[in-house]
Amino acid sequence: MQHRRRTEVITEVAIEWLIRLCGISAIVFVFGIFYFVFREGSSYFFHGFNIKEFLTSIEWFPSSESHVRYGALALIAGTASVTLLAMLIAVPFGIGAAIFISEFCNQKMKEFLKITIELLAAIPSVVWGFIGLTVMNPLIIKLTGAPIGLNVLNGGIILALMSVPIIVSIGEDALKAVPDSYREAGLALGVTRWQLIYRVLLPAAKNGLLAAVLLGVGRAVGETMAVLMATGHAVKIPTSALDSVRTLTATIAAELGEAPVNSEHYQVLFIIGILLFLLTMTVNLAADLIVRGIRSR
Amino acid sequence: MTTTPSSPRTAMFQRTSFTRRKEHAEFAAKMIFLLMTLLMVIPLVLIVGYLVVQAWPILSLDFLLEVPKRGMRAGGIWSPLLGTIYLVVLSLVIATPIGVLAAVFLNEYSRESWFTRVVNMAVVNLAGVPSIVHALFGLGAFVLFAHIGKSILAASLTLAIMTMPVIIASTKEALASVPMAFREACWNVGATRWQTVRHVVLPNSISGILTGVILQVSRAAGETAPIMFTGAVFFKAIEEGRIFAYGLFDQCMALSMHLFTISTQVPDVPHALPYGTAVVLLGTVLLVNSLAIILRIYLRSRKKW
Amino acid sequence: MKASDRFAFPSGFLVAVPTALLAASLLLNIGCKREKTLKKTIIQNSGSDTMVNVAQAWAEEYAKVAPDVSVEVSGGGSGTGIAALINGTVDIANCSRRVEPKETEAAKKNSGKEPYEFMVGFDALAIYVHKNNPIEQITLEQLADIYGENGNVTKWSQIGVQMPAGADEIIRISRQSNSGTYFYFREAVLGKGRDLKLGSRDMNGSKDVVELISKTPGAMGYSGMGYAISEVKKLKVAKKKGDPAYEANVENTLNHTYPIARPLFMYTLGTPAGVVKTYMDWVHSEAGQKIIATSGYVPLPKP
Repeated sequence: MQHRRRTEVITEVAIEWLIRLCGISAIVFVFGIFYFVFREGSSYFFHGFNIKEFLTSIEWFPSSESHVRYGALALIAGTASVTLLAMLIAVPFGIGAAIFISEFCNQKMKEFLKITIELLAAIPSVVWGFIGLTVMNPLIIKLTGAPIGLNVLNGGIILALMSVPIIVSIGEDALKAVPDSYREAGLALGVTRWQLIYRVLLPAAKNGLLAAVLLGVGRAVGETMAVLMATGHAVKIPTSALDSVRTLTATIAAELGEAPVNSEHYQVLFIIGILLFLLTMTVNLAADLIVRGIRSR
Repeated sequence: MTTTPSSPRTAMFQRTSFTRRKEHAEFAAKMIFLLMTLLMVIPLVLIVGYLVVQAWPILSLDFLLEVPKRGMRAGGIWSPLLGTIYLVVLSLVIATPIGVLAAVFLNEYSRESWFTRVVNMAVVNLAGVPSIVHALFGLGAFVLFAHIGKSILAASLTLAIMTMPVIIASTKEALASVPMAFREACWNVGATRWQTVRHVVLPNSISGILTGVILQVSRAAGETAPIMFTGAVFFKAIEEGRIFAYGLFDQCMALSMHLFTISTQVPDVPHALPYGTAVVLLGTVLLVNSLAIILRIYLRSRKKW
Repeated sequence: MKASDRFAFPSGFLVAVPTALLAASLLLNIGCKREKTLKKTIIQNSGSDTMVNVAQAWAEEYAKVAPDVSVEVSGGGSGTGIAALINGTVDIANCSRRVEPKETEAAKKNSGKEPYEFMVGFDALAIYVHKNNPIEQITLEQLADIYGENGNVTKWSQIGVQMPAGADEIIRISRQSNSGTYFYFREAVLGKGRDLKLGSRDMNGSKDVVELISKTPGAMGYSGMGYAISEVKKLKVAKKKGDPAYEANVENTLNHTYPIARPLFMYTLGTPAGVVKTYMDWVHSEAGQKIIATSGYVPLPKP
């Protein structure tokens, strides 16, 4: 083997290090996000922050002059209710669509539907919020007779449409991973397509579908602009789908701009950020582990 | 692709009530799932259609090229459009090299180990962090800690980190689809690892990487929350038609933020104006995405191995 | 490495494009920066969301008067604006309240200068309801019962208003709890110390409030009088029962009979000089005051 020139060797080593550096960048960023978000909220978190009040009180009075209270329960309930409704809509439809695409479609149709879903996923969240504000709001008032159309229902439908693409694409992957021999065995036994789906495919793909749902949940919990504009923004534990609520994400978006830097309120908003970070991290990692588990099988 | 055998319906078999029932059930199943799918496709068509119809009166070249006027109640969207272009290009410039090299590391330079698993998990995680948390991070790290201040630079850095997983994921996929034999052939003529990557692996996956880059553009153009606290302003007066109107450390207007402000904060906005803004934003994003899709289909049809 | 040169083109492209873009953007930026120091002066203006629309209108108009000056406007709220002024990151802070003594202290400590106050106009908070709502006037006491914590009015019938079936519930529309408008409404209606009842729809902008009311028959909300649109109605407001009720308009604001009106301020750090002074003078000129009127606020009384 011929000898390499010295500069070549140096370049090689330098580039290798650069690549390593970029390789670990994702880890650096994730820790960076945690560190910097927590850093902004930490001094209040360790001095004076009442975690029990934060998690159990519904009284969110960040700017009261007599008695400031940071009870985030209503905000947590807001996020939970909108996410729950979104999943009630998105999970059956998303999995139904995944089944249709993977089991009933010819190649052309499949391609077309996948592209459409990809485009659906690309719609920016502020456009969704705008639609919620201008289109869905009057529609919901007209159809349900609710006094106001900015509510859990509105946000839930929008979040459902936003998280359905991810459920479909991961769900379809999961169904695709079920070996064809399962299907052939079922059909040879003379079962109907219904039975095949219900008794064979869904149980076989259930982990993948669970991962799909989890990723959908992650998406819905973290969504900001759409829920800020469409859910009505009321601090309240909802008792029906027609109540207005406020989510954790929307609270940060609405209040951060006017909270003076390093004030208590500002720091509490960063603590909410950390809560969201941990929440979505748990959900996403769980989904990732499940998907990986399937692949390695 | 899965090929499922169609139901046995040859002349040999008599159509009993059982097979008929089965066919009905089959048909019903297909229809129900079709309906479920359509219920997702239809909103896309309806939304785009409705927005375009509402925006129609205002859509013109002038709308794109004029700056907002009369308290953002008239004129066009030049300043926010330009701001969005600046943010997207700058975030692209930052995210692409890092993202591509990170994918190279994952696919070419590391063996399957606990370490790569951690890196992969970090990528998954980074993709799942809510956009508003990215905004908090951008504010805490770039605007305040690094003293960049609210600026195009800070906003672009935030967007870059947020969209990097898109580039990593599609580059990784593209690299993985390059056959191992290509690399081995290259190694056998005495090329180093980097030479192999640079002269064989990357050229052969350039289209896949471009797809990722395009998707990154679409994602970055549509985001609002991450730039809201890091560099986007309510209004900034710029000269009409000027392209170099913003500096790196200026704040700028952005299309997504503009849609938010004129639909929630500015009074007396003519009906078509926010719709027009929404259509331009949506149109840009969908167009860019379609570009990625077309590229992908073309690529697949051309693939030689 | 002759053999591999044949492959080199696309990968060079891959490296070259981002590098070129980066270089171009940097160059471009340096170019712009130099240009700016030569020709364009930037005035940073931020603060009160109430005033952001008029600040924007000023900035836009001023670009025509003085093309060499560019005014950057952002919202964020009165407190943020003053904080930014103290830190020296903005030139002018918009504020829908007077600066607090502790803010003056902080400014003195930080820069040795005190915030210099300009009163630029007034804002009257109108109480809005849907245009089909039969109610015409309301008292501050009633507002306190509707909006205040522990207030017991939740239905229109409780204040003697006959609404069609199903719309009896008062849908309270409010603002996010740290906006200047929210602070002022709370102070004017509830006094110091009392909080607003939770469960109101807290909108992000004044326009949101009015838009929502226009689509919601049972709604009530507050916003600057300039935000009125034809589908909503402004209520006359009385201090207490038996007092005369006044409409929110320019005249009643200037003679202090309308009870929910406040002055609007702009602050600079120390006495302004140069372009900032010219800008502030222009804001106070006839042209500037005309803009505050067309933006829906109340201009300063003519001297």
